[in-house]
Amino acid sequence: MNVVIVAGTPGAGKTAVLLHTLRHLLEQQKLISIAKVDCLYTDDHIRFQKIGIPTLLGLSKDMCPDHFTIFNLSEMVEFAQKNNSDMLIVETAGLCHRCAPYTTNSLGVCVIDATSGPNTPLKVGPFLSTANVVAITKGDIISQAEREIFRERILEMNPGCRIIEANGLTGKGAAELANYFSESSGFDCETEELRHNAPFSICTLCVGETRILKNYHRGVLRHMDGIHEYTGE
Amino acid sequence: MVQSISILAGQNKDGNPEHFKRIDILRGEIVGVVGPTGSGKSALVEDIEQLAQSDTPTHRKILINNMIPEQDMRFNPKKKLVAQLSQNMNFIADMSVEEFLLLHSRCRNKNPNLIEKVIQHANMLTGEPIKKEMNLTVLSGGQSRSLMVADVAFISDSPVVLIDEIENAGIKKHEALQLLSGYGKIVLVVTHDPLLALLTRRRIIMENGGIKKIFDTTGEERLLCDMLYRIDKELFKVREMVRQGEEVSACFKWDGSYSNHVDFVVQN
Ligand SMILES: Nc1nc2c(ncn2[C@@H]2O[C@H](COP(=O)(O)OP(=O)(O)OP(=O)(O)O)[C@@H](O)[C@H]2O)c(=O)[nH]1
Ligand SMILES: Nc1ncnc2c1ncn2[C@@H]1O[C@H](COP(=O)(O)OP(=O)(O)O)[C@@H](O)[C@H]1O
Ligand SMILES: [Mg+2]
Ligand SMILES: [Mg+2]
Repeated sequence: MNVVIVAGTPGAGKTAVLLHTLRHLLEQQKLISIAKVDCLYTDDHIRFQKIGIPTLLGLSKDMCPDHFTIFNLSEMVEFAQKNNSDMLIVETAGLCHRCAPYTTNSLGVCVIDATSGPNTPLKVGPFLSTANVVAITKGDIISQAEREIFRERILEMNPGCRIIEANGLTGKGAAELANYFSESSGFDCETEELRHNAPFSICTLCVGETRILKNYHRGVLRHMDGIHEYTGE
Repeated sequence: MVQSISILAGQNKDGNPEHFKRIDILRGEIVGVVGPTGSGKSALVEDIEQLAQSDTPTHRKILINNMIPEQDMRFNPKKKLVAQLSQNMNFIADMSVEEFLLLHSRCRNKNPNLIEKVIQHANMLTGEPIKKEMNLTVLSGGQSRSLMVADVAFISDSPVVLIDEIENAGIKKHEALQLLSGYGKIVLVVTHDPLLALLTRRRIIMENGGIKKIFDTTGEERLLCDMLYRIDKELFKVREMVRQGEEVSACFKWDGSYSNHVDFVVQN
């Protein structure tokens, strides 16, 4: 089974681009399952179910949504297997800039909004730099020059990626993206590993501390001046 | 160097073959693409952008200089063939015109001296002068579009320019097309604007996802286009006078026939 992990910041156009891509995949008689993760609320699963695709929804609530996705990936795979799907597509929650949920043998697709400014590719970190395919959305409302600058910045961060100038409104780029989705990925839950480790700062805030004063905090902590320390037992 | 692009026939939405063998478009040519919404205009342009090889829903093939393009040309994002312009596009970068053009020319490995030329040509397309110290985000619609056209002509490398509905862009459309094609670009104009459509040497007519026919602009259409162009030029002047807060004085004389002349002259 192919596993495609689609990641991007909130509102980047993940669902919009996926809905167009799914149309092409359905025309090719592909059997697809989708898993959507969000933090508190989403109606994306309804949008996918409307076009007849079995969709599993997970809300991460108190857990970091990126950790939640990784932790539950094998459950999503089981869901797709039960549906006899050839392909599982995971749409992540809007990610923070520190995580990347791609595993070694999944197809990692980063959806990035071209209107977020020319410096965005430099800021977003591993979910861009470790992706196989980068889909740039919303190019329809900025100038050609800005699209070219944006594209160049993406290549600086991820020189080997394949770039698609996609459009969530018109479906531009969706046929090309569908072709990439169909390339076999050799995913195997048993041996699969993350391409990039999740952040390892474990601190008292992670377990519910609400006071802000520094001396209430323990764990792996980092100061404004960049000094990293471990405080505690 | 791209000398020509050829479109080899594929199929329409019903899977029926298109009724032509191939269309060759040469460097410097302006071609119109017309047809109702959903007829496949964008899909055609996408085929060219992706250098389709029977692997898109239309099953068309695209040749460059009479040959199947190399893999690198298809998948290297730096070698993108199509640059796009439309009236929905705006500048969002918060910097001066000069800083921005320098950034773009650096990104494309172009000589930074080009930026003077870009601004100079942009100013020939708009009534309101653009200065290099202006901030991009304060430019008017007309100024922005003019700058985009000149930037695509001189700084973007893409040999094909797609113009998608610039009818309300507030720029001298005729001159904009001439500028782009004059620098050897192949220009595809998706439009319902009669002036733009008739300006092209031929137009591709889309229907139900397929190319229905290719229509050479007739002599009569070209005459009509000349007249529309003159009216458009006068309209442009009126627009500028209104913008400047001037009183507009003009007379409009027309003898009722298309083949003779229209007299519509704005006096300043
Ligand atoms: N102009 C333009 N708008 C787009 C494009 N792609 C998506 N949008 C719009 O952007 C908004 C957000 O799109 P979604 O697909 O819901 O974004 P998402 O990444 O799935 O968002 P979350 O799942 O909430 O993180 C919608 O209003 C889309 O219509 C595009 O290419 N151009
Ligand atoms: N030859 C074709 N075969 C199958 N689908 C097609 C074909 N041409 C266009 N389509 C599909 O039809 C829809 C409308 O086409 P589009 O190019 O967006 O039309 P337009 O730009 O003229 O409004 C798109 O989803 C496109 O993928
Ligand atoms: Mg979504
Ligand atoms: Mg269209």
